[in-house]
Amino acid sequence: MPKAPAGTLYRGREGMWSWVAHRVTGVLIFFFLFAHVLDTALVRVSADSYDRVIDTYKTPLVNVMELGLVGAVLFHALNGLRVMAIDFWDKGARFQRQMTWAIVAVFIVVMVPGAYFMLKHTVEAIFGSAS
Amino acid sequence: MTAPVVTVTGGPDERPVIAPPRTRRQRPARGRSRSNFEMYAWIFMRMSGLLLLVLVLGHLLIMNILDGGVQRVNFAFVAGRWASPFWRTWDLATLWLAELHGTNGLRVIINDYAERDGTRFWLKMLLYTSTFFVLLLGTLVIFTFDPNLS
Ligand code: HEM
Repeated sequence: MPKAPAGTLYRGREGMWSWVAHRVTGVLIFFFLFAHVLDTALVRVSADSYDRVIDTYKTPLVNVMELGLVGAVLFHALNGLRVMAIDFWDKGARFQRQMTWAIVAVFIVVMVPGAYFMLKHTVEAIFGSAS
Repeated sequence: MTAPVVTVTGGPDERPVIAPPRTRRQRPARGRSRSNFEMYAWIFMRMSGLLLLVLVLGHLLIMNILDGGVQRVNFAFVAGRWASPFWRTWDLATLWLAELHGTNGLRVIINDYAERDGTRFWLKMLLYTSTFFVLLLGTLVIFTFDPNLS
């Protein structure tokens, strides 16, 4: 008799994990969008209340979380392209694994300078360089 | 919800391929929905995804990375941006497409994991209520923005 597969892996490997990550990042971005429409709506309350909520985005902890959000959106966007390539390109399914690693490469190439610019101010504020 | 991938196994031709679309759709069983809603939802996810690629990544680049990023954002910055119909249109399109794309994504996820009919129904009602609320609030804010508010 065949043994039941160990654990709860579906197929494992790049195909399954990129699907899991696509789903998790999609939900994360959706919940953030909810909060973000609320905080932006404060521009209709007063300039001051808007400025105060935006100031929290400038604090070190939230700044690092923003980097995570940007990373989540970037992965979701790139993997969305991969999903479309699998759907519409006749060799898409054959190259789905290579495309996953291509995404990882593009992700790193974009996120390294992105992280530099996003965290610049926070790093300077904490470790007190020039200013 | 990607198209089914079928693996051709054995022989020199072994490779994953997408099952060719059937020329004729099977009639849905009686009592099931006869609309093509799920197909349109599937297409919408891809069309909106392509547009969001530009809209959302552009938004993040401008707001979080270029020219000081979030550190320079405040009421005056928003007033400057929204003085231009171009950026109001950009933000309005981003709001609607992202909210509808995300809502449909969550609808699929609820269908996947919530097994009891009642649970599925109420989770979706909660989802659609929040969608309505977010679209209404966001649209009102963009259309009624007042740069002279103190
Ligand atoms: C930036 C450009 C984006 C692209 C290219 C993109 C692409 C896609 C595609 C193609 C799918 C369908 C996947 C499938 O049917 O298997 C999808 C699913 C999804 N997307 Fe996006 N998307 C983008 C942005 C967003 C945003 C801003 C949100 C949140 C508001 C979001 C939330 C979701 C969710 C929740 C799903 C469902 C995931 C699942 O069923 O596992 N996406 N996305």
